[in-house]
Amino acid sequence: MRLRFNLVFGLTLAVIVVVAAICAGWIAPYDPILDADLMVSEMPPSWEHLLGTDAQGRDVFSRVLYGAQVSLTVGLVSQMINSTIGTVLGVSAGYFGGWWDDLVNGLTNVMLAIPSLVFALAIMAVLGPGLPSLLIALGLTNWSWTCRIARSSTLSFKNQAFVQAAKVAGFSDANIMRTQILPNILGPVLVIATLGIGSAVLAEAALSFLGVGISPPQPSWGNMLTDSRELIRTAPWASVFPGLAIFVTVLGFNLLGDGLRDMLDPHMRTRKA
Amino acid sequence: MLRFIFRRTLQMIPTLLAVVLIIFVIFSVIPGSFISSLMAEGRNAMNADVVAHLNSEFGLDKPLLVRLGDYLWGLAHFDLGISYRTREPVWNVIEPRLWPSIKLALTAMGFAVVVGVPLGFLAALKPGSLFDTGTMMMAVSGLSLPEFWLGLLLMYVFALQLGWLPSFGYHPGSIKHIVLPAIALGVSPMALLARTTRAGVLDVMNADFVRTARAKGLTEPRLVFAHVTRNVLVLVLTTLGLQFGSLMGQAIVIEALFSWPGIGSLLVDSVSTRDIPVVQGTVIVIVLWFLVINMLVDVAYAAIDPRIKVA
Repeated sequence: MRLRFNLVFGLTLAVIVVVAAICAGWIAPYDPILDADLMVSEMPPSWEHLLGTDAQGRDVFSRVLYGAQVSLTVGLVSQMINSTIGTVLGVSAGYFGGWWDDLVNGLTNVMLAIPSLVFALAIMAVLGPGLPSLLIALGLTNWSWTCRIARSSTLSFKNQAFVQAAKVAGFSDANIMRTQILPNILGPVLVIATLGIGSAVLAEAALSFLGVGISPPQPSWGNMLTDSRELIRTAPWASVFPGLAIFVTVLGFNLLGDGLRDMLDPHMRTRKA
Repeated sequence: MLRFIFRRTLQMIPTLLAVVLIIFVIFSVIPGSFISSLMAEGRNAMNADVVAHLNSEFGLDKPLLVRLGDYLWGLAHFDLGISYRTREPVWNVIEPRLWPSIKLALTAMGFAVVVGVPLGFLAALKPGSLFDTGTMMMAVSGLSLPEFWLGLLLMYVFALQLGWLPSFGYHPGSIKHIVLPAIALGVSPMALLARTTRAGVLDVMNADFVRTARAKGLTEPRLVFAHVTRNVLVLVLTTLGLQFGSLMGQAIVIEALFSWPGIGSLLVDSVSTRDIPVVQGTVIVIVLWFLVINMLVDVAYAAIDPRIKVA
């Protein structure tokens, strides 16, 4: 199979960001919170401070590195919650049909109608700022596409011979869903999950920017942008780099998702070629 | 057709009802009420009598189900309740915010269509070319950008450095004020439109009727305009409608960044002041906007493509 540019480039970006997040403690030259020094505030990028310093004289490079931890935790964990909810609801709805299917469908439509950022904002208002609230707020609000795909794929597999055979062999419903159907729908669910990580990173940044996500002084790419917004005239680098970090991360996961989709869906591949 | 519209309108009601229910429940378990947020503003240690009085004025002393019933009863009469903060009917708070939001969404969408559709079209005519690859890279970048960051950069370059445009704010008749927020908001629908248009054109180009037309000896420009455009139109219209429907929700960060007096910034402000009736009202407006636009898309779809059953 010919490796696609999307897949390779996306994977590279994603790996770089993950490594940066994991190794932040070793790479970062300064402490992201404690090493504040007003004597060197709003310094442009230099060898001492690769990406410059912010209003409190903290090293932007170190803060961007630590911010990656927050963004990736939010992206990965919340998307895992979304994928689990979506898959469980979608597969069971498709498999059992009937009133359960109607209920899940109705719920999915409701979730699609409320913009997820608005919904997450409402939940954050209730739970208060912080990482655990963010995981819940973003983990509960973006599962509708996974659910739809899981449901429609389950419908298409439900009446196929291998599922019928498992039924005749006396497998329980739960067992059939887990061993016969789930492995077959993992591909599309994975594609949506990869793209969903990107949207979760964007949503975290937006919520933190609005002041309901991660609270300062803990660095997150979103709240760094809130702080630096006031400095845009005097210290533009404090705004440029956190945003660039968000962009690179989301771009990586989006390309990876596109690449995976092209790989898993031969129809798309021929069409694009 | 009228029956179709009627049925689709009725179908919106359960969704809307569920949204109201969810939002109502979320905000009744909220820690910290409007009254405690008043205290946090420096009026701490409020007199117990005052607190009790405020609670009864806003009906906060009643049980949850009674309040929900009252709220739904009000909604049925198009009454969104009274704002805790300004003591005005919620609709009076929301109404002046509607037009700025719609204007911003329309301008952003206009930008997205004017740039995105031609780009996607041109990219599809030479698939695999440098232009195609470049356009698609730009599209995926557009979908990966945090739009408020883009807004911030635009502000820095065009307002602060070049001084061509105002950096934020709103003036009813001013075109200059809308340019930057509209571009920042329009980039992601623009990218999506470019991708959809390209995929749609490529799909149609490979369809049998296009091959037939080409075999008949139709020239390439005529082929593109007579056959391809019309068939891509449906797809583009759908994407456009769906994007437009969700734009009011997406705009909250941009509105907050540019101090744009729309629905989104109203939502953010009322969440932070715990003005729950206004929060509920704005969410209902945002969801209703989404549902109505979606219904219009469905109707337009049915009107354009006779293969879709109306009944």
